[in-house]
Amino acid sequence: MLNVGKIEEGFVLDHIKAGKSLSIYHHLQLDKLDCTVAIIKNAKSSKMGKKDILKVECDIDMLNLDVLAFIDHNITVNVIKDGKIESKKELLLPKEIKNVIHCKNPRCITSIEQGLPHIFVLSDEDKEIYRCKYCEEKCTENL
Amino acid sequence: MRHLMNPLDFSVGELNQLFDLANDIETNMDKYAHACTGKKLATCFYEPSTRTRLSFESAMLSLGGSVLGFSDADSSSAAKGESVSDTIRVISCFADICAMRHPKEGAPMVAASKSSIPVINAGDGGHQHPTQTLTDLLTIRSMKGRLDHFTIGLCGDLKFGRTVHSLINALVRYEGIKFIFISPKELMVPDYVTDMLKEKNIPYEEVIRLEEIMPELDLLYMTRVQKERFFNEEDYVRLKDFYILDKAKMELAKSDMLVLHPLPRVNEISVEVDEDPRAAYFKQVQYGVYVRMALILTLLNIQVD
Repeated sequence: MLNVGKIEEGFVLDHIKAGKSLSIYHHLQLDKLDCTVAIIKNAKSSKMGKKDILKVECDIDMLNLDVLAFIDHNITVNVIKDGKIESKKELLLPKEIKNVIHCKNPRCITSIEQGLPHIFVLSDEDKEIYRCKYCEEKCTENL
Repeated sequence: MRHLMNPLDFSVGELNQLFDLANDIETNMDKYAHACTGKKLATCFYEPSTRTRLSFESAMLSLGGSVLGFSDADSSSAAKGESVSDTIRVISCFADICAMRHPKEGAPMVAASKSSIPVINAGDGGHQHPTQTLTDLLTIRSMKGRLDHFTIGLCGDLKFGRTVHSLINALVRYEGIKFIFISPKELMVPDYVTDMLKEKNIPYEEVIRLEEIMPELDLLYMTRVQKERFFNEEDYVRLKDFYILDKAKMELAKSDMLVLHPLPRVNEISVEVDEDPRAAYFKQVQYGVYVRMALILTLLNIQVD
């Protein structure tokens, strides 16, 4: 069994679907942060069988919770202070996400307009459906 | 400042006000003849659409205003690579209101976000064409006296036809509407439309042949069945006549049923039907001008006493 030490301050993302941690690492742009990051893949989980965990030693404000919630709102976000879990953050599906995914519809104005942000809006909360703000095409991208 | 991007941008109450105004225009054209004197409408058409553009221009000219614009992308700065955002900022300096048609979906919304004048979506790709839906609703309301408690048949290409989808979305806001979708299997309404109807408990039927349901209909909305939508020639030949409205089929219909069509018509309504008093598609074009006049006045906040 592999042991990864505690972190003093930062956050632990738990219950990540096995194999998804690297995708989350990139979408949270953790590669751009100058801090310690532990990526744990395929850890044993009583709830999920296998899971991934990310441990990041940095200020919690540096984490874009909207992006994380869009990827998987079932991820547990533990906020760590002085080596202990200080709180857990609940992830809510964001109403809108900007420049995380791109509209794939070739007829959409985002395909030609310079500098236009790619915005997706939550159109059905129960079915977790996001649609492009401009052309209303359903998001089919799975991050 | 208000724009019109989607027919649902206006509440049912606001639509009633708009249609009341359009009906007042219809009966008192002279009263509105100078309502927009000194105002300019820019028609920015990045793809050709003679009918819609002329309807907008006719509406503004009937209000005493003037029009400027372009009718295809090649004769605009878009050909030089200018963005929609930049174009509308420039147009905002030249005109008081803009009607925009663009092949890219969502382009008028981008324009509206950067514009200092009201923008009307005059059709964006296969996405929305709100003034066509307003035209359809005004025609029904004016000729039937109401927008509720109807059985409406929608016939033809129900899969790709944006006018059909917009009309369904607009009509579900009224009570007692039953939809009958008449199309070949290849061109049935998309699942998201029928899912929405099921969710809202709105009755609908899907049928293959037009004759079967003619006697039930209060309204028949015809659209074109295009040959290229079919997987093979054989199916097209087998099915095409099912979707041609002729005198024989009209004999099966109620005496006060209305036939609507967004036009252009090719052969899906036989010319022999044109003289039938129930054929409303050319009146629909006239209502299109009235509703655009009412829309221009509303978005420019001009009141005529």
